[in-house]
Amino acid sequence: MNGNGTTQTEQTTYREAVREAIREAMRKDPRVFLMGEDVGRYGGSFAVSMGLLKEFGPERIRDTPLSESGFTGAGIGAALGGMRPIVEVMTVNFGLLAADQILNTAATILHMSGGQFNVPLVIRMSTGGGKQLAAQHSHSLEGWFAHIPGIKILTPATIEDARGMLWTALEDPDPVLIFENQNLYNMEGQLPADAGAVEIDHARMRRPGRDVTIITYSASLFKALEAAEALARDGIEAEVIDLRTLRPLDEQTFLASVARTHRAVLVDEGWRSGSISAEISARIMENVFYDLDCPVERICSAEVPLPYAMHLERAALPQIETIVDTVKRMASPRG
Amino acid sequence: MSTEAATPRTTIEVDRAHALHLLHQMLRIRRLEEKSAELYGAMKIRGFLHLYSGEEAVAVGVMEALTLDDAVVATYREHGQALARGVPARTIMAEMYGKQEGCSRGRGGSMHLFDASLRFYGGNAIVGGGLPMAVGLALADKMQGKRRVTCCFFGDGAVAEGEFHESMNLAALWQLPVLFVCENNLYAMGTALALSESVTDLTRKADSYAVTARAVDGMDVLVVEAAARQAAAAVRDGVGPYFLECRTYRFRAHSMFDAELYRTKAEVEAWKRRCPIETFAQRLTDQGLLDEAGREGLERAVATELEEAVAFAEAGTWEPVQDLMRFVYSERKAQ
Repeated sequence: MNGNGTTQTEQTTYREAVREAIREAMRKDPRVFLMGEDVGRYGGSFAVSMGLLKEFGPERIRDTPLSESGFTGAGIGAALGGMRPIVEVMTVNFGLLAADQILNTAATILHMSGGQFNVPLVIRMSTGGGKQLAAQHSHSLEGWFAHIPGIKILTPATIEDARGMLWTALEDPDPVLIFENQNLYNMEGQLPADAGAVEIDHARMRRPGRDVTIITYSASLFKALEAAEALARDGIEAEVIDLRTLRPLDEQTFLASVARTHRAVLVDEGWRSGSISAEISARIMENVFYDLDCPVERICSAEVPLPYAMHLERAALPQIETIVDTVKRMASPRG
Repeated sequence: MSTEAATPRTTIEVDRAHALHLLHQMLRIRRLEEKSAELYGAMKIRGFLHLYSGEEAVAVGVMEALTLDDAVVATYREHGQALARGVPARTIMAEMYGKQEGCSRGRGGSMHLFDASLRFYGGNAIVGGGLPMAVGLALADKMQGKRRVTCCFFGDGAVAEGEFHESMNLAALWQLPVLFVCENNLYAMGTALALSESVTDLTRKADSYAVTARAVDGMDVLVVEAAARQAAAAVRDGVGPYFLECRTYRFRAHSMFDAELYRTKAEVEAWKRRCPIETFAQRLTDQGLLDEAGREGLERAVATELEEAVAFAEAGTWEPVQDLMRFVYSERKAQ
């Protein structure tokens, strides 16, 4: 666990926090290595691993060919063979080319072998839309991967989580996928100088409030927090829950919050149908239905391949004003 | 499709004890498969069942070249590899029964035999899915300075998968100690090699990745053993990966649901005349290394072993349903 407010902090970015997490892991454990497309000489397609090749060499900062299935499967094998690989898949859309290895092997081998073979593998992928990268580079499929038992799905939103989740994931005996929203890499913030590993088992309340619970994760957290500020100016106090981990899902935290506020709205960059927000909505119905003052609302991406044109892409993604309008409608006397 | 041997029968010398050992191993596999088919008919074994009859010389010959420190990655047609590797017939049988005394606690079944104590990384039922894992196991060995071989079995069907090509490239690029053993039985389920490959000489594919490649008669256990020993020695010496194609034939249907519409009885009969067990037994008889009593002795030993295996499986117990959710995530912390 990292320090409390009494420690010194330093200015950093989400990108630097991830890099520092990788660097720390590489220094602490000689079994750790990073493998993926352009992680070495190029410095990482999002510049996350910039400089690490020089420090750790090409064996441990290992450039791979464009063979997502091959090197993800090699990560599984290396984990089985005693290493602690971090596989970087450039983007979640390319991650689909590794989906066979993730779903059919990484997630199953512990079970199929009756508990004999666990896979201590960490896979990092970028995710998210909003950068006009069009329909093949703007997916948010972390909720989709969260459908699969046998793997864990982490979605660090804050710099603290970007810095701290990796080590905890590496200590996990089972496969952990970390989804880094590409809109967050440039985010600046303060981080305690002694920041380190964070727990990954619980959602966090990022803002307390009495009137409505906004449940979200990853980059949408900041839209939710901004919306909550705007709502506060109108006298509506929104509680904001950052899920942090999509599997296993910490339902206690959001159920307790909804039971207090009696209203729930979900903000999810994934498509609505069959989404993680659908799952959360169902759990709210199953557990705290009689505590609700109004129906659960969902703000998801429009069910369209993400378009290139800025105004259309913006219209397809959850936006702050949509959250504000939705909550105001829910909080109005007529519900 | 040619039914001729890849190479003519050789004159490799063999001493009596070793010859009888090889014959015994092949008989164990053949009789296990026959017993499995019988028990499938009796509905003791369910699910998919893929029998190895006809291909015994491959698993038996290759396994002679491996040490217990080496790793084995196999396919869904892996009873032969498991048995030859040393997985006891009784735990294989119990696994097919779905009993918790099985080698995968009954969680895997026929297609997913595992044994951590023998570094047997199991039956993978995604064609080609095991190759990247083998690459990773070998990568871990190389990074840890361990002089071990990872032996990966797969069929001719896997050669059409992208994972085959990605794995060949990765293994050659990184000079990894993988022994790729292609069991070319001429059919990817029911599709003949000539109908699925533009180039049917599979060694050329490996060769194009600068992987040392050789094709041998997979119906001759001595040929397979000699080739595998040579290949494994090269791999162990750090020369890089090796591709050994064993040209063989599956005597029985693909699975228990296969009407065998895609090949003629005459073709099957022609290959059966080259039965790896009977031709080897005949040769030993001709050389005065085996007589009728000797053969009967081997058959009796195998029959006793299988009777004991079936009794063990019959006496096995069902895992309590309360344990259903075990082995999704590890019950112990990572080391």
